[in-house]
Amino acid sequence: MTQALDITAATVDPALLDLPWHLPLEQWPAENIAALPKGLSRHTVRFAHLSDHVIAIKETLPDLAVREYEMLKSLQKLDVPCVEPFAIIKNRKDSESNELPAVLITRHLKFSLPYRAMWSQGLRPETATRLVDALALLLVRLHIAGFFWGDVSLSNTLFRRDAGSFAAYLVDAETGQLYDSGLSNGQRENDLEIARVNIAGELMDLVASGRAMPGVDPNATSERIVKKYKELWVELTAAEVFSKDERWRITQRVERLNELGFDIEELMIKTEENGRSVKIQPKVVDAGHHARRLIRLTGLDVEENQARRLLNDLDAFKVRFDANGDEEVMAHRWLSEVFEPVVKAIPREYSGKLEPAEVFHQVLEHRWYLAENQQRGVPLTEAVNSYVENVLAHRRDEESLIGTMTEAITLPTAIPSGSIEVDEEEEGDWRDKV
Amino acid sequence: MASVKFQKATRTYPGGTTPAVDAIDLEIADGEFLVLVGPSGCGKSTTLRMLAGLEEVNGGKILIGDRDVTNIPPKDRDIAMVFQNYALYPHMTVAENMGFALKIAGVAKEERAARVLDAAKLLDLEPYLNRKPKALSGGQRQRVAMGRAIVRKPQVFLMDEPLSNLDAKLRVQTRTQIASLQRRLGVTTVYVTHDQVEAMTMGDRVAVLKDGVLQQVATPRELYETPKNVFVAGFIGSPAMNLLQLPIVDGGVQFGNTVVKIDKAVLAKTTAKLVTLGVRPENLSVSKKDGISVEVDVVEELGSDGYLYGSATVDGAHTELVSRVDGRDHPHKGETVFLKPEGGIMHLFDVVTGERLN
Repeated sequence: MTQALDITAATVDPALLDLPWHLPLEQWPAENIAALPKGLSRHTVRFAHLSDHVIAIKETLPDLAVREYEMLKSLQKLDVPCVEPFAIIKNRKDSESNELPAVLITRHLKFSLPYRAMWSQGLRPETATRLVDALALLLVRLHIAGFFWGDVSLSNTLFRRDAGSFAAYLVDAETGQLYDSGLSNGQRENDLEIARVNIAGELMDLVASGRAMPGVDPNATSERIVKKYKELWVELTAAEVFSKDERWRITQRVERLNELGFDIEELMIKTEENGRSVKIQPKVVDAGHHARRLIRLTGLDVEENQARRLLNDLDAFKVRFDANGDEEVMAHRWLSEVFEPVVKAIPREYSGKLEPAEVFHQVLEHRWYLAENQQRGVPLTEAVNSYVENVLAHRRDEESLIGTMTEAITLPTAIPSGSIEVDEEEEGDWRDKV
Repeated sequence: MASVKFQKATRTYPGGTTPAVDAIDLEIADGEFLVLVGPSGCGKSTTLRMLAGLEEVNGGKILIGDRDVTNIPPKDRDIAMVFQNYALYPHMTVAENMGFALKIAGVAKEERAARVLDAAKLLDLEPYLNRKPKALSGGQRQRVAMGRAIVRKPQVFLMDEPLSNLDAKLRVQTRTQIASLQRRLGVTTVYVTHDQVEAMTMGDRVAVLKDGVLQQVATPRELYETPKNVFVAGFIGSPAMNLLQLPIVDGGVQFGNTVVKIDKAVLAKTTAKLVTLGVRPENLSVSKKDGISVEVDVVEELGSDGYLYGSATVDGAHTELVSRVDGRDHPHKGETVFLKPEGGIMHLFDVVTGERLN
């Protein structure tokens, strides 16, 4: 059984061999399974424990597994946020030597959440907006990298909290294609149209299931991705022409991109009309402007908006204590005197609830809230204690919270027999709902 | 519904020296099911994507009906890419699943209901309109997904290897369903596959591409019986046609120890001393002493008939030949037999240009 397995993996974890590969994924025993996603997807997807982390296992055809594994590897090299490919296993056989599907294994992204697990009471309109904004940014980054997704949806994305907004990660690259020469406008438009229709469908389904709060508008929210995407695309790629006396506009463009979280790696600057005007166009942009600065100063590797938040606090700290001091020395002091004490103040049993950087962000928010309410300056220590007691203690663990991967039923479907409940027929006339 | 015309349509990728699709001229009739087929990298998917508006057209034109769509964005082309990972939403009824895209497109309610009903009738889904997708069988779910495309009433359906992520059994079932549904709907359909069996069983006509160049567009039968060149001859048919380069002699072509008679006028079309002779396995039969001497490597028994795979030396070169034989009464591995064309069904091609001579 296992001796003939054909395994391709970037890092070899011997524990991989101990998983029950001779069983169809549907039949894996509970001890191996990290959660039981109920969603029906085109392929069976389940989560399993492996050593100290969680892996997502998808059964698929061997060629598709290889293709998606390679695609995810290429996307990682291009520094696009996506799940980490872990291994492919082919040549699986059951105990009677019947062939079993190949599997693609990806590593579960810690603290990431599927959109349906993002709330406990129901999706609020603001949350829907922020999810779509994060997806728009991801799509722009994918398109800049030359990746046509082909199945853009909230279900095919994982989200991490990012200081009040979200950071989106691509999960399913099966339909995608990388183009060395970049994407045509038609390809980008097509991805956007797919995104728009899928998001509308996903949100309509949420509304139908009663898990959306009043005010969630599937139509308007799905339109938003188009608008948001186009704004970002123009800012990141469009050419600007101005008179040569307005050269400050170069700096302005760079600053605007920095503010959006991007660095310009290569900027085309041309003089036109015999030197009377200047044309600029960003050629290579790189996401993670704030994250890179933070990692350079402190070694902390966090999401972009978290980095922005932490850097703001760091900069304020520097101004307060030694405005002219060496930036790196001050960053070190901030880390040991501000950031680390907050993180250490979190009781160990709560450490799985949120990432440290997100906790820090929320503590700052909480301090602001306390100060506003009580009209006085609140010391950080007091804010941390109040936060832990009044906020964090009541949150669920999100480190490896695995909800339903997707509740959408993707086609064509092979149906696992016996796992489908036949719903009652809806009351009333179907025409009322179309 | 509408016809589709490619007029010298060309796509060259930035930095590329040769076009990925080279001046394609192709007319697809209203309601026709046309399959684009060819090996990997032949330009079939690029051709489809040009029609969909996903690839820039660098030269020539594309028309849907009488409308020049060459520079029109994908969503305004009135086409539908079908079967690409359509999701069904579990809390919505079949009718809602089929109609929600119309809703966001602003189609009025009565119109939505009418179109959903029409599609449901076509797809035998009318009794299930009020059900949730979970209550459906796999095949019914697939039809709901098709329904999502059908209610949009596109002028043209486009399908790019829609069956590639299915296992072999489901692939055969689904291909029959798609072909029969297309015939009932009568919507012009362009379908891309690398699988010539899929192409031959589904298409009204099949367009064979190689290296970005259209080789031949014809009905499956014409492609099989009169391939225009050596490439099409070798690509269409399974097992593939036997293609041999043989010397031209007085009265015909030297085929092992015999001369196969060929009309002088046919051979006069080439100036070469050799000619490529193609013969399909079912037209190559075992003979006692005439033809090319072949050592039998293996016989694949398929029940009523079988395929004999053998090796021969033709003009000093090692050659493999396939012949259809009786499923029970056939030579065995290791035996030496003679093979020769039967019934005069042969295909002759110029050795230099590869073009058909007869």
